[in-house]
Amino acid sequence: MSNRDKILGKAAGAAVADKPKTRKLCIICSQGSLDMAYPPLILANAARMSGIDVDLFYTFWGMDVITKEKNAKLQLATVGNPNMHPKFHIPTMMGGLPGMSAMASTMMKKEIDNLGFPPVPEFLELLKDAGARIWACKMSADMMEVDEEKLVDEVDGIIGAMEFMDFSEDAQVIFV
Amino acid sequence: MTTAAVDILETIEFDEEGFMTDPKAWSEEIGLEIADVLGIALTDRHRIVINFAREYFFKNDDAPTLRTITKQTDVSMKEMYALFPGGPAKIAAKVSGLGKPTGCI
Repeated sequence: MSNRDKILGKAAGAAVADKPKTRKLCIICSQGSLDMAYPPLILANAARMSGIDVDLFYTFWGMDVITKEKNAKLQLATVGNPNMHPKFHIPTMMGGLPGMSAMASTMMKKEIDNLGFPPVPEFLELLKDAGARIWACKMSADMMEVDEEKLVDEVDGIIGAMEFMDFSEDAQVIFV
Repeated sequence: MTTAAVDILETIEFDEEGFMTDPKAWSEEIGLEIADVLGIALTDRHRIVINFAREYFFKNDDAPTLRTITKQTDVSMKEMYALFPGGPAKIAAKVSGLGKPTGCI
């Protein structure tokens, strides 16, 4: 295979094909804790960097990630959290004391920053600039009593599950 | 007797995914050819990114993440996606003669 074909990403032995349809990813984001806010954002960014179309659909606790008042202050659970890594470990008895969750959250934010990842509000801005689409779930918006005013500017709209079904038709769907 | 013109891109090594294996073998001319293969006409804005990425790579032994590029140059994230359509991380790395990017941001 010539170097030109390699640059174009042609597989060895493949015939010249029509331009393939752009790959598409839909990520349902149901979580609003600090740790779980990141996986959808990181996956969405990786997808955009690879030229894959992305729709993020925020629902239930995920609404906090796209709510202006809340998304800079997402917290990490320190009680009954079976995932607490030794690095962030706080014994459950202590985890319930005032300030512990805030402390763990601050520590995690610092770690995330050390790795070069932006805070959640900036990450949403970055994703929007990268061409991702961001949606809020209508049912969750009603339940959490948020409207477009309360959601970050990056949100493209508040939609229902059936509309999600429409645009996720040919997409790979990930539920977080 | 005529000799066939040598394709400059065949004079250097690429891995199976189309990334140059030796960043030091890059030149402006090669960068232009690679960009041409990918359908990109290089402008001074592209060159800002390419020069920054290469300088960063040789200083840090690692290519810069997209976020680093947008923080340390005046090229915004939006512009990165316009300059290198189809995925700026990979496309910019190909055009700059750097290896496949491994970062997630």
